[in-house]
Amino acid sequence: MLLLLNRIILVVFISLFSFSTSSEEVKSEFIKTKWSFEGIFGTFDRASLQRGYQVYQEVCSGCHSVQHLSYRNLSEKGGPEFSTEEAKAIAAQFEVEDGPNSDGEMFMRPGRLSDKFVKPYPNVEASTAANGGAYPPDMSVLAKARAGGADYIYSLLLGYEETPTGFELDDGVYYNKYMPGNKIKMSAPLSDGLVEYTDGTQATTKQMAKDVTNFLVWASEPHLESQHRMGFKAIIYLIILLTLVYMSKQKVWSRLGLKKEPEEETFDKVERAVTEYEGEDPKTFK
Amino acid sequence: MSEEKYVPKSKLAQWFDSRLPLLTLSHHLKGYPTPKNLNYWWTFGGILTFCLIIQIVTGVVLGMHYVAHTDHAFESIEHIMRDVNYGWLIRYVHANGASMFFLAVYIHIFRGLFYGSYKAPRELIWIIGVIIYLLMMATAFMGYVLPWGQMSFWGATVITNLFSAIPFVGESITTWLWGGYSIDNPTLNRFYSLHYLLPFLIFGLIILHIWALHIPGNNNPVGIDVKKNSNETMPFHPYMVMKDITALIVFTIIFLWFVFFAPNVLGHPDNYIEANPLVTPSHIVPEWYLLPFYAILRAIPSKLGGVIFMFASIFILMILPWLDTSKVRSSVFRPIYRKFFWVLVVTVILLGYLGAKPPEGIYLILARIATAYYFIHFLVLLPLLGRYEKTDPLPMSISDPVLNKPGIMDKFKKAAAEYEGDDVTSFK
Repeated sequence: MLLLLNRIILVVFISLFSFSTSSEEVKSEFIKTKWSFEGIFGTFDRASLQRGYQVYQEVCSGCHSVQHLSYRNLSEKGGPEFSTEEAKAIAAQFEVEDGPNSDGEMFMRPGRLSDKFVKPYPNVEASTAANGGAYPPDMSVLAKARAGGADYIYSLLLGYEETPTGFELDDGVYYNKYMPGNKIKMSAPLSDGLVEYTDGTQATTKQMAKDVTNFLVWASEPHLESQHRMGFKAIIYLIILLTLVYMSKQKVWSRLGLKKEPEEETFDKVERAVTEYEGEDPKTFK
Repeated sequence: MSEEKYVPKSKLAQWFDSRLPLLTLSHHLKGYPTPKNLNYWWTFGGILTFCLIIQIVTGVVLGMHYVAHTDHAFESIEHIMRDVNYGWLIRYVHANGASMFFLAVYIHIFRGLFYGSYKAPRELIWIIGVIIYLLMMATAFMGYVLPWGQMSFWGATVITNLFSAIPFVGESITTWLWGGYSIDNPTLNRFYSLHYLLPFLIFGLIILHIWALHIPGNNNPVGIDVKKNSNETMPFHPYMVMKDITALIVFTIIFLWFVFFAPNVLGHPDNYIEANPLVTPSHIVPEWYLLPFYAILRAIPSKLGGVIFMFASIFILMILPWLDTSKVRSSVFRPIYRKFFWVLVVTVILLGYLGAKPPEGIYLILARIATAYYFIHFLVLLPLLGRYEKTDPLPMSISDPVLNKPGIMDKFKKAAAEYEGDDVTSFK
């Protein structure tokens, strides 16, 4: 009966995996990319982060904010590592509202390193209204806020295709292979040669998508590199500690005089004891 | 405890100890007799204490930077992640610490179920444990609300709405819990306050849990009583301390692997989207450790029924010591219960899996079967097994080299029977 129960559970389990939900939606596997920041030793590609910032600045920042990044982050270790001068120059390109001054007035001044990234719209409502009723999400933690993370962002940017026949789209809505539901309000943001990279890299759509994805992952996790470094050290340390502690434990426990006997050995002992008691040739016992 | 009266050596220590017997307590803890055959499944008590301390320490630091306000909570978490020195580390330890805490508590609970640690004379230890587990779930749930992400908000909506199912007073209770007519700032504030309070209650209960444990002493894998202060026991220090530390380091390695290399896999991506009362996520799911109960909740077609069954699934554990009527503690000597134990483990894992799936089609059917089985296990199978199961013979003592291996006795008898004919009694 129990065996039957086990079997039923097994069958049910297997059927679960073959069970598929039916809908018109085309669910595509994200494009899998080997990202430099993945893995235990993962680090960011500085040049790519710098180019990614350029793509963000020239293409995305018209609609998308990254409100939790500060300009100083651009020059910090583990990020794009612009020099402090470059970061200062970047910050100074933006007008930041400050105040109130001694007259009680708010005023505009050039950005400083300590300022947060300037937002394209003052609030969510304004950005929703300006973008046909769809709020362009803040991208500070975007890579952590979407299932699939970096692969999702990269795939989405490259996922614009001809609308399949029979798929209905409203005005101002675009077809994207990777968007849940395949409908997206953002038109294809990238096209070949859209930006002119300062480092001379060819600005193909793929290249830009890759760079800006790198940038967004860093924006979501600016301490990722030190996280990886510390993690590696901590775990190596613990493995060494474990070895030492385990050896000490074994030594301490040896005082108890517990000996683990293999089952066979125990059995032989019993056999011998019985034989002794019975006074017979042990061979016949088996 | 049959311990000789402890008298500190120095005069000062005697003066102190006669007024506040902390030294006697420490002496008791060091010498506390533990069975020599405790295996690594017995190290999770220490691991759980470690988890609670880690949660309190990291939580107190996070509390210094967190802002419990609907307009600032999400932002303050990002402030912690980016600008507070090692804030990312503290937050990731705290967030993953909750998951590891539950992982450890599930192992601890199932160890108790396997070895019958809830049976007389340890019923109170078990009941206090169930209360701790309940408080843990409440604390974890409220903690998950604090970052004020989408899952925070909508998870809180689903769970607090459960109380509205109570007849007559349900709506009023929900309003009272919320501190208003919807989940808003007052809700967030009280959740923060309670999230800070409950761990200290848990701490108090853990002291009671250990106190109650130290009266009868540990159960053990063989499940028979050990003679205190005999050669079957060893002092807690250094023997169990060393074993606990060894296990704790292994546990910490796994813990830190999550913290440093996969800090977000156990969470839901939607919780990195700030709470928005106008946008409902497509699937609202709680954290993984609450999923089995979520599956039970949704398996019952009526809302009130779902709530009752969900709470019953936990409260049933409190009367477990009286549902399982078998006199034999350890499943090592209970061949049939042992199999049902593993079926229960699979059922709970299956319920967890189903809790993460939408309640429709095959998932719903399976959730209903699994829920029914969960209750049948406790309410029907355990009492019946206690009555009809033929248990294996128990050894005389845990140190008996032959008899503490369950299979051996049978083999021995079989061999003897072959040799002797059917009458084996002469061997006894």
